[in-house]
Amino acid sequence: MIQEKRSKRGALLGLAASILVLVLVIVLENTLAPTSQLFVVLKKGAVYSLVAVSMNLVNGFTGLFSLGQAGFMLLGAYTYAILTVPVSAKDTVYYLFGGSAVKFSLPDLFGGVDTPTGLILGVLLAIILGGCVAAFFAWLIGLPVLRLKSDYLAIATLGFAEIIRAIFQWQALGPITNGANMITQIPTFNNFNITDESGKVVFRLSAFFPMLIMIICVALIVMLINSSYGRAFKAIREDEIAAEAMGINLAKHKMLSFVISSFFSGVGGALFAMFANNAQAKVYTSTMTYEILLIVVIGGIGSISGSVLSTFLYVACSEWWLRGLDMGSFLGIKLGLFRNGFRMVVFSVVIMIVVLFFRQGIMGNKEITDLLKPRKKTKEVAK
Amino acid sequence: MKRFLALATSCALMVAALAGCGSGGTGSGSGSGSGSGGDSGDKVVKIGVFEPASGDSASGGKKEMLGMQYANSETPTVTVGGEEYQVELVPADNGSSTDKAPTAANQLVSEGVALVLGSYGSGVSIAAGPIFGNAGIPAIGVTCTNPNVTAGNDYYFRICFLDPFQGTVLANFAMDKFQAKTAYCLGEAGNEYDQGLIAFFEQAFTAAGGKVIKDSFPTNNSDFNSYLNKAKSEGADVIFTPVSIAYATQIITQAASLGLDIPFVGSDTLDDNMVLEAAKGTDIQLYVSTFYQEGGNPTFDEGVKNYINTADGALDANGGNDTVAAVTAMGYDAYYVALEAIKKADSVDPADIKAALWDVTYDGVSGHIAFDDTNGDAVRDTAYIKHSTNDGAWELETQQTVKQ
Amino acid sequence: MEFFISTLLFGISVGGQYALIAIGYTMVYGILRLINFAHGDVFMVAGLLGIYLSASFPLYVAMPLVIILTVALGFCIERVAYKPLRSAPRMSVMISAIGVSYLLQNTATYVTGGQPMIYPTLPFLSDTITVAGTSIKWVVVLTPILVVVLVILLTQLINRTKVGMAMRAVAKDFETSQLMGIKINSVISTTFIIGSALAAVGSMLYFTNYSSVVPTVGSMPGLKAFVAAVFGGIGSIPGAVIGAFLIGICENFVKILPFEGATTFVDAFTFALLIIILVFKPTGLFGEKATDKV
Repeated sequence: MIQEKRSKRGALLGLAASILVLVLVIVLENTLAPTSQLFVVLKKGAVYSLVAVSMNLVNGFTGLFSLGQAGFMLLGAYTYAILTVPVSAKDTVYYLFGGSAVKFSLPDLFGGVDTPTGLILGVLLAIILGGCVAAFFAWLIGLPVLRLKSDYLAIATLGFAEIIRAIFQWQALGPITNGANMITQIPTFNNFNITDESGKVVFRLSAFFPMLIMIICVALIVMLINSSYGRAFKAIREDEIAAEAMGINLAKHKMLSFVISSFFSGVGGALFAMFANNAQAKVYTSTMTYEILLIVVIGGIGSISGSVLSTFLYVACSEWWLRGLDMGSFLGIKLGLFRNGFRMVVFSVVIMIVVLFFRQGIMGNKEITDLLKPRKKTKEVAK
Repeated sequence: MKRFLALATSCALMVAALAGCGSGGTGSGSGSGSGSGGDSGDKVVKIGVFEPASGDSASGGKKEMLGMQYANSETPTVTVGGEEYQVELVPADNGSSTDKAPTAANQLVSEGVALVLGSYGSGVSIAAGPIFGNAGIPAIGVTCTNPNVTAGNDYYFRICFLDPFQGTVLANFAMDKFQAKTAYCLGEAGNEYDQGLIAFFEQAFTAAGGKVIKDSFPTNNSDFNSYLNKAKSEGADVIFTPVSIAYATQIITQAASLGLDIPFVGSDTLDDNMVLEAAKGTDIQLYVSTFYQEGGNPTFDEGVKNYINTADGALDANGGNDTVAAVTAMGYDAYYVALEAIKKADSVDPADIKAALWDVTYDGVSGHIAFDDTNGDAVRDTAYIKHSTNDGAWELETQQTVKQ
Repeated sequence: MEFFISTLLFGISVGGQYALIAIGYTMVYGILRLINFAHGDVFMVAGLLGIYLSASFPLYVAMPLVIILTVALGFCIERVAYKPLRSAPRMSVMISAIGVSYLLQNTATYVTGGQPMIYPTLPFLSDTITVAGTSIKWVVVLTPILVVVLVILLTQLINRTKVGMAMRAVAKDFETSQLMGIKINSVISTTFIIGSALAAVGSMLYFTNYSSVVPTVGSMPGLKAFVAAVFGGIGSIPGAVIGAFLIGICENFVKILPFEGATTFVDAFTFALLIIILVFKPTGLFGEKATDKV
């Protein structure tokens, strides 16, 4: 009973916080100059935090060390891009292959990218399909590899991501994947800005959209974790053999966690394609997976809010606040040391410090809502 | 304690984010005025330099930027509406990678640049295109040759020739010079520049009755022996390798130690003194197409050499010697085209500059520059082809033209 | 036929390079159960050290210095990044390894400015000879021989000496061997020292063959060497070496497959091989079967 009450209060708090954040994003977007780096950080942060949370689900909550995130993102990104290139733009985008083998485009089916229904339905459907394709491949690869133990699983999933990348770079599949060329001219976050007839933007929603999708997806993941499935995942993480003895079907639950995580990575991939304005296989390398893994570690393995928090911190630092380290002056200090690449050096040192000395990350395995509890309790006692 | 730490961090994050908004807001506020900011009478117009300073195209990006810096040192001001503006170059590193390009592009946008020059490498330019487009800032591609840079993007212009042209030129050259029947094409898998050029080369080469064998190597590959050996055993008359500089040096050195006598034909990326260095002292026959050949404009050569040898860090950026790269000449021209556009628009507003750019013409060191009316591509019908003398220099082979 | 032999030769040469790195992997994994992701980057740093040191010292000073400094680097990495995590879960150690790899790559990018660096030519090793109609460098012939010699030496070391016995004991059971009075830390350090020294030697041979050094140059050979180690049965040195040669040869034959586009899958092929082996024979060709204790 008490637990239920508590989680309910947590849910309410989470809901309130999400609404607050969304409102804040809308307000900021329509008051500040749209060119501010803040919005890049918000958009990229939303995309990355979704992927980080999905990685946390499988690595942190189920204890399966999977390094295939970039591969699943690639699947999501390509599915999205292939399905949303406007029919009229296909010949330009697939110029090497004389047009695409996919003759339709989802937004066009619903009336085109310029109409609200076409845009919203088409884009959402493509995003969800992106997730589904990633989930399907996860199921396929999960059948053999999920039996493997920790580091073997890691290296197998890493290898799988590399194989996927090679397939999408194969010129023979060009009419579908556009080979080495990137798929461009897809609907992006900016399409969600509301414009008047002359094309002038009257109301900006470009950062709101990814934030909204991210919050919905993360909420779904949180609900999953708080369900009986989530408890089974945690049991598997703590001790596989004990969990099995308790009657948890290991294969089924591992697969479930892996597939769901991949679904959300796929959604994240689709969003990343929207953020980057294109889909290109070259980008989704193991470096990207490592980056997300490090974000998860900084946030605390096993903490959803930690992952979200650390993503925004990480993205803001790397894309915005620390850029001065590359440009020659940082916080007003000018040093010859500050030249290209120094930012990443500082960054990796910070990461090493976190990994070695703050092994719990920012949040450990606690959530933000947990932090507010004890204080209230002491107050009650005082009463 | 942990909890406190966590709370403190999250609070700090909020505060920092808000503070960031504040500073971001003011920053772009002054930026949007472009030239009008600054109260001391020193008017400044900012030109964004969107070039790779890290990653596998860094070498080319730095050389291209050298040209702009040299031009900037030569002509640091521009007159708009009767007032003199200081031209400030604002660099942003796109890391040669398409996932870093959008944020680097946005950095330029948030700094309030009036227009953008770059980038070396087509992929990053394509990825950044929509960012500039959405911000309404025109960009001038300097040496990005892929058709998709400008296609479908109103705001991207370019001053160099395109890959369909370059591929055709090189295919014709291979046919004329070596009477080649079979060509072996080797490019990086998943690299749109390499694969695009190979496709155009193949089109032209097979149309003229030749046979093409295509292979691609995975990213970060360093063993090319088997590929080169395959080319030899397949009886290739010419090897076409439009790859980035790092791979090109590997291929050349390995071919040299294999004692390969098949001539190499490369694209504009191979016109780099690191590649030249790799071919030095070997028997490799290396032919590349390019935008400019040293000696084409002695005054410019002298000036830029002087700049490379004297300016701080310029010699390093040029790879340790003062061979003038074609991309440096192109960077130099791009800077002047940008100034022409600003002068023609008589304004430092991006929208005015964009409108003026369509009609800008300029006679640069790399030839006459004008833009076509459809995509804003340069009207160019000449490419230079040069070969390595294998003692550390290029020699002009021929000028090739293709009638469109 | 000549074509076939030369491809085989290149395969053996590449395999030899992988083998030198794979030995380091497999030794560390055997003892710590840690995939040392940073090993490939140690190899890259050794390459850079070779370039910078040979610029200021004569080669006969520079090359031993490269080995010494690389060994010092490997030792420091172990002490700083892995030792504090000895009691932590295996995932944390692996993440630490990824962090070190990230740090080394970024530092290398910073130092080199992201430009490819050219490795100096080593006398004799860079000279070419003609074998079966193909002209190749001496290093291609020497690498496999060197590898075989090293394997014999290392197996002797492990089977015959006291340090070797300690290594085997630690690999078998961490805690018990500690109770038996084995100084675990010095055994682990020895392992890292040997591994790094081999990476340094490997870098000299590798970069003599493929002369340009970029910050990411170590990651692919590193991963492939790991695949080789798994292939041969991780923990077994002869297994890793045989795995490395097999992968090197297979890879080079994939490169010359006649159908178009096959070459896109050179790396993918290696990983597909890995997944197949992991699924059907997780212990590899020569690995010992390990049982989980409840």
